[in-house]
Amino acid sequence: MKIYKKNQLPDKNGYFGPFGGRFVPETLVGPLNEIERGFKAAIKSASFRKEVNDYLTSYAGRPTELFEARRFSSAIRGPRIFLKREDLAHTGSHKINNAIGQCLLAKRLGKKRVIAETGAGQHGVATASAAALLGLKCAVYMGEEDIRRQALNVFRMKLLGAEVIPVSSGTRTLKDAINEAMRDWVTNVRTTFYCIGSAIGAHPYPLIVKYFQSVIGNEAKRQILKATGRLPSALVACVGGGSNSIGLFAPFYFDKKVRFIGVEAGGRGISSGEHAASILGGRVGVLHGTKSYILQDSNGQVAATHSVSAGLDYPGVGPEHAFFKWSGRADYAAVTDSVALEGFRVLSETEGIIPALESSHAIGYVLKNARRFKKTDILVLCLSGRGDKDVDEVERILKARTS
Amino acid sequence: MKNGIDSLFKKNGGRRKALIAYLTAGYPSLNAQRALVKTLINSDIDILELGVPFSDPIADGPTIQYSSHEALMKGISLHKIIEWLTRFKREITVPVVLMSYMNPILSYGIDAFSRDAQKAGVSGLIIPDSIPEENKEIKKVLERRGIHLIALVAPTTPEKRLRWVSTKTAGFLYAVSVAGVTGARKNISPQTKRWLSHLRSVSPSPVCVGFGISTKDHIASLRGSVDGFIVGSALIELIRNNRFPKCLGKLKTFVSTLSKECHYGRGK
Repeated sequence: MKIYKKNQLPDKNGYFGPFGGRFVPETLVGPLNEIERGFKAAIKSASFRKEVNDYLTSYAGRPTELFEARRFSSAIRGPRIFLKREDLAHTGSHKINNAIGQCLLAKRLGKKRVIAETGAGQHGVATASAAALLGLKCAVYMGEEDIRRQALNVFRMKLLGAEVIPVSSGTRTLKDAINEAMRDWVTNVRTTFYCIGSAIGAHPYPLIVKYFQSVIGNEAKRQILKATGRLPSALVACVGGGSNSIGLFAPFYFDKKVRFIGVEAGGRGISSGEHAASILGGRVGVLHGTKSYILQDSNGQVAATHSVSAGLDYPGVGPEHAFFKWSGRADYAAVTDSVALEGFRVLSETEGIIPALESSHAIGYVLKNARRFKKTDILVLCLSGRGDKDVDEVERILKARTS
Repeated sequence: MKNGIDSLFKKNGGRRKALIAYLTAGYPSLNAQRALVKTLINSDIDILELGVPFSDPIADGPTIQYSSHEALMKGISLHKIIEWLTRFKREITVPVVLMSYMNPILSYGIDAFSRDAQKAGVSGLIIPDSIPEENKEIKKVLERRGIHLIALVAPTTPEKRLRWVSTKTAGFLYAVSVAGVTGARKNISPQTKRWLSHLRSVSPSPVCVGFGISTKDHIASLRGSVDGFIVGSALIELIRNNRFPKCLGKLKTFVSTLSKECHYGRGK
């Protein structure tokens, strides 16, 4: 794992251009400063970096493979497509990279308890696992709607010894789970570390998540150079809060010829208003500690979102993505629920890989836009998680459609 | 520009403490608000704090989450609150402080909000999810309109920062009594009292304490350490449990007890 480059963002106040910052209750300022200092010292320490790397290797199973999806490519008559197999990481998604890093940081800061929010349950499972591994107490906040559609992950978290706390306020999804986790944190801040799973939240969280997830892009860069001898034409990843995408993109930031494509959850279509595409459909605002693009009504109330994928069902987006959009470094697109489901099906059938519904958005994008790429183009697509958790929900949706 | 909050604390001085009463704007309805505010003023409060409901109130406990949600369901918005204040400002004889999360203000537009808030007679603003570092622009704009931006400090605020924040506030310094969210609490710890006394000795502005202040005894035990008290969730609970307009009588009795303790109490 490489040390964070000094000339890269954010600035000392946590801003990526006009986005980011620290919009929190005063109670959290002292603790955030402590985390920032602790994090910066930790990543300078060779022994901390070694500890993280050792766990990533021997526990999480890194590096994950970069697999060329030849049958998928030819089925869609598209470019060469390489899948970064985060679905093969322990616990089934990229979330473990950050969970191990943050839980080790929590321990270093002397905290005995970690809390987390979760949408699809992937970050919850990853945090519960890392907490079990490191002997920390763990509580996971999860919206009731998500508990319903991700029942398998709820049971996994319980098996791992975590307390799963249902959240019944607001839209009963990821956004409200974060609200409740922040209230817990503000109350128990002296003993508790908040392990945020997405590239969101107040400074330094977007930086921390990027740092721990950059292992995805660092490995992918090495692997694609080895496999093809050149850098990819484009990187494609789904964007909810944006942790897997920032992890893939960040190490290529200075490789200007590598295009970044972030794929948001288009739900039932942007024009329907029922979606979770914060960058494409939102306005600049403040939510959960950071200034970014937010889906909101004309009065500044945060809007209800919809996505078939619980992990993307969030009305905000990480501030660095807002910055990438604003500065033109990345392009953002949205695909609908049905295109994502199509991606889910086609990848399963052509490659024998069942992707998570989140990752299926990136796949759906490539499927829909295959013709826009040259045959010789090389795409790296982040397969952020595996789809076992989603099979019940997909079955339910497909049944409802045919009946 | 003269600000009602400043004249209040100048007048109060010494033993008389200020009572700041919080209502969630639009709860139980915007129509009920006129009678509620009138009752509070008749109960001798010193400042009215109106909370602007927000969809994601991360600094609030269950009580204010509930009242905010109810008010939003009935269509309350920052625009409607400002309109309401503008319409009834002659009846509101105490200074008004708005408490709003950052996003509704950004959505309204900082300039437009400051202009309209001034017209509505607003004296101060509290932003529970922001800090002085992030408030530079809005503070400048508000000051031009004669509106105070009131900063908060918490028990987790380090000493050096505490002193710094106390120089950044205007009107008064909002001391959050505990690490946590808003809501009534049973006891106040001796540490809280010591912390408040310390705060008051270093702060150039008056210090008012909020979060968990819900009884006459709380006020009695802390009145020697602060310049004022902010009572919120306890009032919302009372309104919720007694249904409008039946709650008005009980509200009058309860708030009068609190204001008497603030203004004439003998506790230290």
